Amino acid sequence: MASQAVVAEQQPAVKIATHTGDIIARVVTFTFAATILAITLLLVYQLYKSSAAARAALGFGFLTSSEWNPVTDQFGAAPFIYGTVVTSLVALLISVPMGLGAAIFLSELAPARISNALTFVIELLAAIPSVIYGLLAIFTLVPLMRLYVEPFLKHTLGFLPLFKGPAYGVGYLTAGLVLSIMTIPFVISVSRESLLAVPREQREAALALGATRWESTWQIVVPYAKLGILGSVFLGLARALGETMAVTMVIGNVPRINYSLLAPGYSIAAVIANEFSEAGGTIHPAALVELGLVLFCLTILINSFARLMIIATTSKGSKRA
Amino acid sequence: MRRTSILALVGLIAGVTAPFAAAQKINAAGASFPDPIYEKWFADYHKAHPEVQISYNPNGSGGGVKGITDGTIDFGASDPPMSDTEIAALKGKVYHFPTVLGAVVPIYNVPGITQDLKFSGQTLADIYMAKITKWNDKAIAAENPGVKLPNEDIVPVHRTDNSGTTYVFTDFLAKVSPEWKQKIGFAKGVSWPVGLGGAQNAGVAGQVKNTPFSIGYAELIYAVHEKIGYGSVKNAAGEYIKADIASVTAAAASVKEIPADFRVSITNAPGSKVYPISSYTYMLIPEKFADAAKGKVVKAFLAWMLTDGQKSAPGLDYAPLPTSVVEKEKKQLAMLK
Amino acid sequence: MNRLLWRKIVNGVMLTLTGICTVVTVSALFVILGCLVYQGGKSLSWNFFTQLPVPVGELGGGMANAIVGTAQIVGMAALFGIPIGFLAGVYLAEYDDKKFGFVVRYVADLLNGVPSIVVGILAWTLVVLPMHHNSALAGSIALAVMLIPIVTRQTEQFLREVPLSLREGALALGASKWKMIATVVVPAGSKGVLTGMILGVARIAGESAPLIFTALGNQYWGGINEPTSSLPVMIYKYATSPFDDWHQQAWAAGLVLIGMVLTANILARLVLARGVSVPRG
Repeated sequence: MASQAVVAEQQPAVKIATHTGDIIARVVTFTFAATILAITLLLVYQLYKSSAAARAALGFGFLTSSEWNPVTDQFGAAPFIYGTVVTSLVALLISVPMGLGAAIFLSELAPARISNALTFVIELLAAIPSVIYGLLAIFTLVPLMRLYVEPFLKHTLGFLPLFKGPAYGVGYLTAGLVLSIMTIPFVISVSRESLLAVPREQREAALALGATRWESTWQIVVPYAKLGILGSVFLGLARALGETMAVTMVIGNVPRINYSLLAPGYSIAAVIANEFSEAGGTIHPAALVELGLVLFCLTILINSFARLMIIATTSKGSKRA
Repeated sequence: MRRTSILALVGLIAGVTAPFAAAQKINAAGASFPDPIYEKWFADYHKAHPEVQISYNPNGSGGGVKGITDGTIDFGASDPPMSDTEIAALKGKVYHFPTVLGAVVPIYNVPGITQDLKFSGQTLADIYMAKITKWNDKAIAAENPGVKLPNEDIVPVHRTDNSGTTYVFTDFLAKVSPEWKQKIGFAKGVSWPVGLGGAQNAGVAGQVKNTPFSIGYAELIYAVHEKIGYGSVKNAAGEYIKADIASVTAAAASVKEIPADFRVSITNAPGSKVYPISSYTYMLIPEKFADAAKGKVVKAFLAWMLTDGQKSAPGLDYAPLPTSVVEKEKKQLAMLK
Repeated sequence: MNRLLWRKIVNGVMLTLTGICTVVTVSALFVILGCLVYQGGKSLSWNFFTQLPVPVGELGGGMANAIVGTAQIVGMAALFGIPIGFLAGVYLAEYDDKKFGFVVRYVADLLNGVPSIVVGILAWTLVVLPMHHNSALAGSIALAVMLIPIVTRQTEQFLREVPLSLREGALALGASKWKMIATVVVPAGSKGVLTGMILGVARIAGESAPLIFTALGNQYWGGINEPTSSLPVMIYKYATSPFDDWHQQAWAAGLVLIGMVLTANILARLVLARGVSVPRG
């Protein structure tokens, strides 16, 4: 902004008035920008402080213990970390292939107008509140799972420990399925952007060498955009880890680790939502806050990875014309 | 149509912004066990006294105790009386006011079964300890001769939150099954070896209603209202009794002299025709209210509850308080400041 | 088999699969909307919008307090969050402070990704605990914290897109920097900035988790200092209950909520599609 400085210098008579206005503007906006930092620091501080009682009483064993008993003040995060991770992985296993497939279609095959229109519709999926996904899941997905999908899985794949146990309808699998619908728009949106950012020359070179459309896409374009795609996966993962309402309505709310996907479980966000308002004493609420701290660290870590990857990929290459 | 909509909208906004300064807003929270009758009482009392708005959040007995300890609510509600540890944590004195008597019933959803099932406490304990896993287990069949039980897995449902209903249920199980008492114990929240979780009575009832071959425990009215099957339970005299007002009243009558602070357990009460999983439920009222006006309103409400309120209890399948208890409570009411 | 034929078959199959993925994903939206319209439409009534909730089993109840409560909580959150987010975005766009700017941008993105329930914990420690009771204020603080990063990034993005020529033109005419920002840049980017605000507000209006233990709920009208009912929390409470009449109400509430959210989203994007507006003067 050198031109700015030059202009300011050439207007000495007005300089004093504008100088004050500029200082105020800069200070005010700077303060508000700094507020964001302040809020985040406050968040970390409060999470740390309010979990003190639990950290003191339970130590690092908190992360590995499976016992969650408010009566004896024994709290362990393992079942919740397990449930959070498992449901998120199930979600990714479904949403990444489907999302990548749709992103490929939207970036490589569909004409621009259709691609934009469909992307808009898909992004609307991301705007639907979590509690509405939960509402639909309880009344439409859970009966479907209990009556058809889970018995089918038990019938065909029941020899695997993954599919043992009664068909409750609720559980890790159902929660994972709901999460996959919620994460797919993120995967599609970011992957599509990354694929579009791959330079045209790459595709044209592949096709010129005799590759089919699919070969050009899968062997040249996708690897070129892999950082962005990976970033979208992490973004989806971060979203899935923190989802509260939809998960708590269909996961079964049982604080136990179970290797079967058909079993009910619990996630960090769900237990906080369920137990926070009536957790009594000093350790129980602190343990819940500590769970919140664990979740916070997890999502921050994964979000950071995601952002770095996305920055790395969109800075190279230009959009397809 | 459009004009009426606009008029209605204006009326709505006016209604919202109308001065509620005169309204006395009381916030209460606690047990979901008596929630249906409390909701009715607060609504009826509001009709009679429009300036009084009592808002009740049925987040479980644990929430009621926590709220009254932290001072975040004006009064609380709990099914089990507060323990000595809980009372020690209070900042001021809190009185227990029994409100009604209710029953915790074993609710179940077994497609194809239309008869009432019978359960002994031991059977229920074994189901929740995962020792009995199928509906056609020998133990259940023995108690229900002639009933064709399906060969399906039992899905037990329990509370996820800090619950007085859980306390009453586990208190009963601990009295009839020494193994339960030793392994799991009785409390507002226990470590359940197996089963699905639901929040509050409504959540458990909802899970059972939506999950075939499930069994749960909830207050009687939830089963009756939602037409969920519930079984009869074996009492201390060996009879299988289905919960109703008479059998719950009989359970209360087995306690000849209720203690001065009203803290008592009436599960597995001796005597004939007694329903074994009965319980008083209490409102937890601070002796001194921070806001004196609120205290007056609550006191007036309690007086109404002990007389007029009791009349609506049977309509919702709760048993009204015995007259002797009501008299004692009126004396305690005078002690509120 | 001819290698070329095989490759062509693979090509056809895989590309069709990608099309199927897209169709499945897009149809998910229509299935969701369809269910909500069908189920919710059955239970929507005049009472729903104008009556307070009644005890279970009684008829004629509604969610008037939840609708108003959502308006109150979201309104207050917007009051707090939009100015902060907007001005922070202005700073990031206009004052090219490499290190500090990078840090703020990064932190804003991280804050955006914080699970809503954790933000609820923050509001609980900051507002509910000291005040000793739940309130709409606590809920709106939680939502404001979620709104700020959204508005900040959107504001920054759209202000940055305002062409350099417009800025330099203003400066050449003798405007001071803050005047340039206020009278030229912001109006030029206003469409996009407004879009960001609308989308942000639509996003927080649907949040339930942070309100569960901050604003809680209320059978009557709430208030700034009272526990207050809100649509998303009511949906959660009613959907997980065993009462059929409550289930119907939950569907109706779901339809209303998604109607609001999707309308705001579609509106915002249509506004955006019209392009950057011409600056005045």
